[in-house]
Amino acid sequence: MSSEWPDTLAAAPGQYAACGRGEEHGLGVHWEVLLGITGKDFTIIAASKAAMRGATVLKASDDKTRALNSHSLMAFSGEAGDTVQFAEFIQANIQLYSMRNSMELSPSATANFVRGELASALRSRRPYTVNLLLGGYDEIADKPTLYWIDYLASLAPVPYAAHGYAQYYCLSLLDKHHHPDIDFAQGMKILRMCSEELKRRLPIDFKGLMVKIITKDGIREEEYADDQNVAVP
Amino acid sequence: MIPPPDGGACVAMVGKDCVAIACDLRLGMQALTVSNNFPKIFSYGDVHLGLTGLATDVSTVSDLFRYKVNMYRLREERNISPQTMANLVSSSLYERRFGPYFVSPVIAGINQTSGKPFICGFDSIGCIDFAKDFIVSGTASDQLFGTCEGLWEPDLVSCACSGDMG
Repeated sequence: MSSEWPDTLAAAPGQYAACGRGEEHGLGVHWEVLLGITGKDFTIIAASKAAMRGATVLKASDDKTRALNSHSLMAFSGEAGDTVQFAEFIQANIQLYSMRNSMELSPSATANFVRGELASALRSRRPYTVNLLLGGYDEIADKPTLYWIDYLASLAPVPYAAHGYAQYYCLSLLDKHHHPDIDFAQGMKILRMCSEELKRRLPIDFKGLMVKIITKDGIREEEYADDQNVAVP
Repeated sequence: MIPPPDGGACVAMVGKDCVAIACDLRLGMQALTVSNNFPKIFSYGDVHLGLTGLATDVSTVSDLFRYKVNMYRLREERNISPQTMANLVSSSLYERRFGPYFVSPVIAGINQTSGKPFICGFDSIGCIDFAKDFIVSGTASDQLFGTCEGLWEPDLVSCACSGDMG
């Protein structure tokens, strides 16, 4: 192994102030919305823009995603402090791998690496309380990918996924309307159905969604209007 | 406190010169189904290992045994036998006696030396349950026990043996 690079980039505790532990069982983290939809040649990742601390919205333009490499994007929710710390730790190690080996890790390899890190942390003195969606595009298989990972490090490859309370509202909609070969316009239409349902039924305002798309050309942010009112019956 | 298992069912059965092993594909949290594509049987050469319980430990334990069995195959230049695999699983689980993996493994395979079918089950800390007929595990183990007790008989042929587990 080359001596120029460290074995792994150690996560630096205290770089981000960690908030009180155990908040995941109270109100707060489950209200964050993470959504993922795959289609014929794309993966959509959507995350709520509200950064919440207790009953207060601190920010309405929060980006809950990190690009791991050119073709995989990780969306995260969970305990404040853990989330960004874990995501940037993973991001740095994935990028380190690309530099050392002059090739990018495939989405499935990335997902299993993330799961391994989360699983070993789970049985350590201080686990990460982080839920993840890993959207990617596998350039070798020429297929979009989506992985669902929860804070216990359960990993599942899925065609569509959600985290938090959004699961209860969106998975049924996606069960009914999703097909593996939908095109991008149909994908965005289903996402609009999900976001309208969340707006209609979630008791809090999650400040709209930030939407990112992963295709064979890479990752891009998609404009996502959030101005129309949703009628509540 | 023992964390709630993610659910799942697994059954292994002996027939005439054959074994069968089956599992469900659901990954769920109580009533919510997260995935319908989460297999719980993993194959290591001649041996098949079924793992039910906490989903994270199903993945961790299956990855661990993939590593251990691959290392065994490289050292010994032969496949691992079901009996040896059973002892490997037992000792590996007992290593975690006071912080166990929350899984209930099941093994099924044919011993290539003797040609005899072999099945067994374990608890989460590696106590082996040898059986001549069938092994069940998971959150549906009570129901599987009932159907297996009712339908199993000696020397089932392979089509009848797998038909039980539809």
